[in-house]
Formats: sequence, C-alpha cells, structure tokens
Amino acid sequence: MLKLPVYLDNNATTPMDPRVLETMIPYFTEHFGNAASRNHPFGWEAEEAVDYAREQVAKLIGADPKEIIFTSGATEGDNLGLKGVYEMYASKGNHIITATTEHKAVLDTCKHIEKLGGEVTYLEVNREGLIDLQELEAAIKPTTILVAIMYANNEIGTIQPIKEISAIAKKHGALFFTDATQAVGKIPVNVNKDGIDLMAFSAHKMYGPKGVGALYVRRKNPRVKVTAQMDGGGHERAMRSGTLNVPGIVGFGKACELCMLDMEKDTQRISKLRDKLETELLKLEEAYVNGSREHRLPHVSNISFKYVEGEGLMMGFNKNIAVSSGSACTSASLEPSYVLKALGLGDDLAHSSLRFGLGRFTTDEQIDYTIEQVSNTVLRLREMSPLWEMYKEGIDLNKIEWAAH
Amino acid sequence: MAYSEKVIDHYQNPKNVGTLDKSQKNVGTGLVGAPECGDVMRLQIQVDEETGVITDAKFKTFGCGSAIASSSLATEWLKGKSVDEALTIDNMDIVEELNLPPVKIHCSVLAEDAIKSAINDYRIKNGMEKIRFEESVVH
Repeated sequence: MLKLPVYLDNNATTPMDPRVLETMIPYFTEHFGNAASRNHPFGWEAEEAVDYAREQVAKLIGADPKEIIFTSGATEGDNLGLKGVYEMYASKGNHIITATTEHKAVLDTCKHIEKLGGEVTYLEVNREGLIDLQELEAAIKPTTILVAIMYANNEIGTIQPIKEISAIAKKHGALFFTDATQAVGKIPVNVNKDGIDLMAFSAHKMYGPKGVGALYVRRKNPRVKVTAQMDGGGHERAMRSGTLNVPGIVGFGKACELCMLDMEKDTQRISKLRDKLETELLKLEEAYVNGSREHRLPHVSNISFKYVEGEGLMMGFNKNIAVSSGSACTSASLEPSYVLKALGLGDDLAHSSLRFGLGRFTTDEQIDYTIEQVSNTVLRLREMSPLWEMYKEGIDLNKIEWAAH
Repeated sequence: MAYSEKVIDHYQNPKNVGTLDKSQKNVGTGLVGAPECGDVMRLQIQVDEETGVITDAKFKTFGCGSAIASSSLATEWLKGKSVDEALTIDNMDIVEELNLPPVKIHCSVLAEDAIKSAINDYRIKNGMEKIRFEESVVH
C-alpha cells in the first residue's frame, strides 16, 4: 500500500526509529537524574545509561568509548573540532586545509578562524565532487595543523577518499578532521582503518533524536586534544561542558546500535530503490546525475532536469513528496547551491536540480509513485518552459544575450 | 514557505500557456530574465492593429511557482487592454493579487519587465519609438 506523504529528504533529517524512542522514554521521567550527580542512585543510573550509549556509539565507528565527546549535534562538533584544534595547536601552526564543498558549519567556522588570524586553504573539487590528492599534498605547509575534509557530501552524496586523505595528513604531521554527518550509520566508518583523528556526527541523520551528536577525539597515536569552546563544569573530559542530554544520548546510542545491526540489509534494499528511481528518472530527456555515481552514499541521488526550475518542479508534488532542491529561489541572493556550482555546473543546471534522499522507511510503492509524479511534472513544466522550446528548436541558449538581473 | 491559494491555482491551471508567431507584425515578444538567475519569462501579445487592443496574450516561463503564476496572471490582465493601458500594469498589483511574500517580489518585477519588453517589441516592429523605462529597482 502506498503511504503518503513520501519523505525523501533523509539528508536533511531522518524520522526517529520507534525502537529508539522506546529506549529514550524512561530517561525523561523515571530515570531523570543528572549524569554528573555522583552521590545518589538517580545520578548513577543516568551515568550508567550514558556510559552504555557511549559504548554503542564508539562501537559503530570502531572507537574507544573514552574517545566520544557528546555534543548537541554536528554543527557543534564541527565548531569544537576546528576551533578547538586551532586553539590547542596554535604553537605548531595556524594553517587549515578544507574544501569548497564542505557543509556551512565547517566553511563558516573556517571563515571565523581566518578572522582570528588563521590561514585556510579551500581545495576545489572535480566534476564528481572529489578533491585532488596531489593538490591536497601540495597545499600542505610547515604550518599546517589540520586537514578537514568531509566524509560524504550532504547534497550529492559523494564519498571522499578518506584513507588516502588521512594518510597524506599523517605523513606531514597534520591532524585529520572529518565531518561524517551523512556517512556514519549509512556506510562502514572506522576511525582506525580510516585514519581519522577527529570526527563530527549527529544522531538525527541516523534515525536518532535531534539535538545530540558526538565529536570523536583520538586518544592514542596521536593523542589529540581540543580547547573547550564553552566554559563550565568540565564535563566530557573537560572538552565540552554542560549537563548531558541523557535521553538524547540514550537514543543516540540505540540509533547507532540499530544502524550497525541493520546497515547491510538497509543499504542493500535502499540502494536498489535509489537505483530504480535514478534509472527511471534518467529516461527523461536532458536529465543528469550530479556528483560521482561510483563513490557515492547508497541512499542519495541528485539529478538536474534541464530547462525546468527546481523550486517550480517541487511545487508540482510537494504536498505528497518531500525532496529538496539546489535552487534557491527563496533566498534573497537567488544564488543556487554552492556545492553544485563547485562541481562546475552552470547556474542553470544548479537551479534545475532535485536531491532525493532515501531512508530506512522508504518503500517500493513510494518510489514508484515518486517516479511517476516527478516525471509528469517535469514533462508538464517543460511544456511551459521557454528554454525547453528554444532547446527543441535547436537554439543555443549560451549564445543568447540574457538580460541579466 | 507556503504559497497562496492563488499562486497554487495559477501554477496548477496556468492561463494562456503557449506561443504566438513572433514573425507576425502585430505580435510583440518579451523575453526577460536569465537561466543563471533561475527564471526566464517569455510573454507575447497580439494586437489588433485597427484598435490597438491586445486580443491575445501567451506566456512560457522557466521558474518557480510564483514566477509561473505572475506571468499567467499578467497574460490574463493583458487581454482586452489597449497597449497604452497595458503599460500601467504595475508589479505591485501582481504582488497584491497573488499575495507574494517579499522574497518573491522579483517574480512580479520580471512579469512587469516582460510586459514592457513585449510592448516595445511591438512598437519597434510597427515603426514606433521604443519607450525608455526606468531600470527596475528590485533585482
């Protein structure tokens, strides 16, 4: 049976797994203690629950539980990881290398660091969204303290060559940070095999609750430290003060456990649905996949439908299907996605893109319905697109002098 | 951001989508916007040369729902007006009618530009002088 509305925006957030909610509930009411209360059973219970969750989270990424610093989410993890390293390793250098397709939480933090006197190199990416390893190595200086490259991109799903990147950083004595928000829980991530020193991720992208995440901070080979960005009670090995969000953390732990348990099965099923969706939609004329199809998250597809505008396209079905677009007709700047532009896509193609993010609860029927709805809307809007008409008449749109506004 | 009912209605049932023969002397064509900006409107008017009245208007738009609705509404308003009357259509009338939020005002500006551009095309074709309009402010 077809269940509406269809949610295909799982890169933005995922619904919480009911099994996660179940484990969380007692920690709001019955076991409400402060995990830092060392002198009574309420505190002990909370601490025990947090410890257990810490193990669940650590296990998913192949880390030691002591290396998990709970945060409010990936934005905080990005801030703490980048600013924390910048401050802690100031005596070693002030240079950070990142990429133009990073999440704003990384890019804007880097801009902040530049204002503080740091130096940041922004690597460009190729048509597939991948950085060039030689360029990375060439960008390293004696003052480079950190390489910060995301595990997988949120808009196009492109997975960077993490092992190779971390090896280059290590070879030159720089730390390696990765924002793995989109990757953890979806594909195997192992901090040791991948050579990761610091890693930010979040519960709500993996069927856990919003408002909780973690920063992985390596404790051995090398022992990494970050300067706390909030002053207070010295929680989380003094790297992140603030009373722990016990129910959130318990849910995060459970979400990690479930991802580990279900990853293979989920990936197999979801990637099959993604491939079906993509194959069918690419049957439309002038439809193109953005980003790498080879090095890509199994649940993501970003497609440009030339000559129709993304927001207009979404309006055709957004009562029943939730996706997102690289077009930014709503923003005052009218700037389309900087990630798609970084791939070298023209603004016109960036404006014509849709991102489909499938998830654990996406069904076969929902994908069939989406294929039908999206295809029909593309066809309908092309019938009223002057660009489509010109294209069909063989007019080269690049040769027209558009009244730029 | 939710769309107004009128925008949704124009988007779902756009009025006057189509193409007029631009080689005809009594047809004026306006093509405004740019693909890089995410919206392109083509608006055409067909004028009764005897009376100067716009007898038909057609549009095609590449853009968001508000851009489609603005151009659809513009074609409705153009039909039956004289060319001179058509010049009085103001983008803020479109904003009001469609209840466009501030971020979508540029769609109405584009529609107004398209009208003016189509009228100028018609004027030039018929040996009249091109009207110089002030630069649009909102873009």
